[in-house]
Amino acid sequence: MDTEPQFFDTNATPGVVGQPLNRVDGWAKVTGQAKYSAEYNSLPGLVHAVLKTSDVAKGRVTGFDTTAAMKQPGVVAILTHQNLPKPVKVPDSQVNKGTLNSPMGFFPMLSDEVHYAGQPVAIVVADTLEHAQYAAALLKVNIAPETPVSSYQDPKAERYVPKNVKGTAGVTKRGDAQAAFQSAPVQLTATYTHATNHHNPMEPGATTAHWEAPDRLTVYDTTQGVSETQKTLALMLGLATEQVRVVTKYLGGGFGCKAWVWPHVVLAPLAAKAVSRPVKLVLTRQQQYTGMGHREEQEQTLRLGATKDGKLLGIVHEKTSTTSPWDDYAETNSRIINMLYALPAFESTYHLAKASVMTSTSTRAPGDMPGSFALECSMDDLAYQLGIDPIQLRLLNYAEKDPTNGHPWSSKSLKQCYQRGAELFGWNKRNPKNGQTRDGKTLVGWGMATASYPVHNSQGNARVRLYADGRAVVQAGATDLGTGTYTIITQVAADALGLPPENIRFELGDTILPSTQWSGGSTAAGRVSSSVYLAAQDVWQKLIKLAVADKNSPLYGAKSADVEMGNGRLQLKAKPATGEAFTEVMKRASLGDVEGNAQGRYGSVYREPSAAADADMNKEEKEAAAGYSMHAFGAHFCEVHVDPELGTVRVARWVSVMSAGRILNPKTARSQVIGGTIFGIGSALMEQTVRDPHWARYTNADLANYHIPVNADIPDMTVDFIDEHDPHVNAMGVKGIGEIAIVGVTAAVANAFFHATGRRLRSLPMTPDKVLDALRQPA
Amino acid sequence: MLSDLFPPAGTPQPEDGSRRSFMKQAGGILGLALAPPLVSQAERLTAYSKVIQGATDITLRVNGQAHTVRIEPRVTLLDALRERLDLTGTKKGCDHGQCGACTVHVNGRRTLACLTLAVMAQGKEITTIEGLAKGDQLHPMQAAFLKHDGLQCGYCTPGQIMSGVACVQEGHATTDAQAREWMSGNLCRCGAYPNILAAVREVATQQSKG
Repeated sequence: MDTEPQFFDTNATPGVVGQPLNRVDGWAKVTGQAKYSAEYNSLPGLVHAVLKTSDVAKGRVTGFDTTAAMKQPGVVAILTHQNLPKPVKVPDSQVNKGTLNSPMGFFPMLSDEVHYAGQPVAIVVADTLEHAQYAAALLKVNIAPETPVSSYQDPKAERYVPKNVKGTAGVTKRGDAQAAFQSAPVQLTATYTHATNHHNPMEPGATTAHWEAPDRLTVYDTTQGVSETQKTLALMLGLATEQVRVVTKYLGGGFGCKAWVWPHVVLAPLAAKAVSRPVKLVLTRQQQYTGMGHREEQEQTLRLGATKDGKLLGIVHEKTSTTSPWDDYAETNSRIINMLYALPAFESTYHLAKASVMTSTSTRAPGDMPGSFALECSMDDLAYQLGIDPIQLRLLNYAEKDPTNGHPWSSKSLKQCYQRGAELFGWNKRNPKNGQTRDGKTLVGWGMATASYPVHNSQGNARVRLYADGRAVVQAGATDLGTGTYTIITQVAADALGLPPENIRFELGDTILPSTQWSGGSTAAGRVSSSVYLAAQDVWQKLIKLAVADKNSPLYGAKSADVEMGNGRLQLKAKPATGEAFTEVMKRASLGDVEGNAQGRYGSVYREPSAAADADMNKEEKEAAAGYSMHAFGAHFCEVHVDPELGTVRVARWVSVMSAGRILNPKTARSQVIGGTIFGIGSALMEQTVRDPHWARYTNADLANYHIPVNADIPDMTVDFIDEHDPHVNAMGVKGIGEIAIVGVTAAVANAFFHATGRRLRSLPMTPDKVLDALRQPA
Repeated sequence: MLSDLFPPAGTPQPEDGSRRSFMKQAGGILGLALAPPLVSQAERLTAYSKVIQGATDITLRVNGQAHTVRIEPRVTLLDALRERLDLTGTKKGCDHGQCGACTVHVNGRRTLACLTLAVMAQGKEITTIEGLAKGDQLHPMQAAFLKHDGLQCGYCTPGQIMSGVACVQEGHATTDAQAREWMSGNLCRCGAYPNILAAVREVATQQSKG
């Protein structure tokens, strides 16, 4: 770049960025006024659609008996593959899948094929929800069943090594890890398993589709990316992008499952088209388990070679997991194992087996979360085996540079995270021996693990409109999943405009606003804050231009470059007393408002925007172009109590310390960290969706049988952040924190369990049956 | 230690619509059905609407206001609120009484609206999240949720707040452990639990002082 990109310096104008503001959308949420996607009830002639799904995991639909269902009052239509309007494009090839932001290379209800239990086979539309539900229950679907494959563990499953999984080669090698492992003085080999997990956002997937005209569709959808959904719906329905509007003002959690355009999102507008009325389609909680993806069940074998001093020599990693009949999908666990420590050699192989299930999908910290379980448990094993403190072992292998490419980190404060976390936790009081600490009959253990999450490149637009009365409207088509986007962007705009936050209205979640990428991959905070900051600079540049050309301004004749904004004033940089309020400039120019626009970039594209446009470059090459590797880092510490009689594991204490660039709002950031941690505690101790090995159907697809943590499962939690200045990631110096907090959590719990009991559990979740079984084995 | 998790005998219990209270109710109905006179019992059960199939007009008193809605007997209180009265603050998370997102107050007790038929709520005072604040004056529990960031996505929040208010009134928020237990019928996937606890405990402490 010929000029240094702009960077936000809060020290220059201390304001509300970095302050623990209450959520600006909090009022709407605590009073019940916040409107979610299934709550647009006043659309003219709105009818309800209920999905009828297949009970069979594999087979062919041989017919429907609609007699009883059609007799029900209020039924408007029963739509099946025989009469549903056809989409003009479907994700039936990898190319289409990519352009359609589709998570699956398959679209249901195009033919009689059934490929997974829970696949939609019909849609019942009726005037009321009750009529639609009852008619759907009466609708008979005849399916000729075939024998399904339930998972990679099914003896019928055929395992293979895919060419690629999510842009990562099926086999990758850095150095000769096999040889390094074979000749290592210390060798550890362990296999880890991870159950199927479901995101289970409290708000189930919902799409309300309203054709305002044959060429105008408005969709209220539960999506993490309104622009991606808009583009996909346009392509699949044969419309121009601008003919589709997608609205998501409030989103009841996402965690990755709402990042994609799942079949129901397209089925709702197709049904609305068929009945010529607005249609509301809400997934039931049960349908949520087969409607919006999951984290795949998986097995990892990690072979770790080290010196007797604890220095890593090489890691060989293999992962086996289940995928759908159409896609080679796996979370890329190898990413974090490859980069977390100074590791000279690494080899990773992915094995897949196709089963009669839908394609698994991005789930909070995809890959890094389960990958860190294997790596961080093995590091703990190594520490015990060599008699080295677990933190000390990690410091011994501290990666001063990114081991995968030799690049410096844009910023890394992991050492400070270890140190601060250890202080807050009291780690120095730890008994180095495991199985020694008791509280009555309860076995007590302490564990820790490292967390990291990469900075994923993304970019997007924002608009700032500053009014002459000192208020501003800020717009970007982002979504707030509960992450705090409404609040942090209000804070950034307030400081960038020199206004109090109550004078800012930030609008998001609508494709009529400037487009920006999805809220996922921990990119939204860094990207949108940068876009808004730069759009505000655009406003100031316009005002400065006016002022220096205005004979009545004290800044008349000054060079634009010599003028700055300070607390809502335009003033000389060298002599801040010379200047005036921006309102004065606007008043004299008879301007009601001034509008600024900008594109913000997150990741290596911040300094090297050209890299973003180069489709041939992969992530590593783009990072290489920028010269830095970019990751957030952190450390978790926890105490668990194990009941040796009941086999229960309770988390008694938790400390997380994160370093993620500038923290825009410590209150909402803390909530993100405790939230990610609790999600991880769920995976560690209780979460698993069980697929019947014969029928390939979920046996526990509801919230009574799929256990997520409740309030009584969660102890006091301490969260702290390390102040970090990163001028390379984006104009705000922000790294995302939506995902990093879950990384390392399962390992921290497992390591604490090991410390408590002297037994290593490598199978998640660590339910009482496994605990009791482990306690029966010799330590 | 565990004793404070359970109320003394005779303390009013939350009407949680759980299997246990349903069984109690069902058992009661069965018991009565075995004993004459059958007619008066049937009459008593359908005191308000005598229609058992098809839509009928019923009146629901929600947040101090009477609403007449024409609904079928199978319509849940939750769907009546959300789909008929457009009171969408009460959320549907599971529709099976497993998540607590639909918690409202019926005659001052926390009740799962998804496990309550609207016809059963006739003649009762229903309070939803929309009825908690007095104009611009938030209920202390709402204010405490804001202050302690007891919410993220906001979808479980109305249920959490309605449970929180009831939990304090029931006297089930006198210790952290007790409040955690009595707030555990309300799931929060964003993981705001420590903040929810802080909000509930703060209100409980204020009220015990006040």
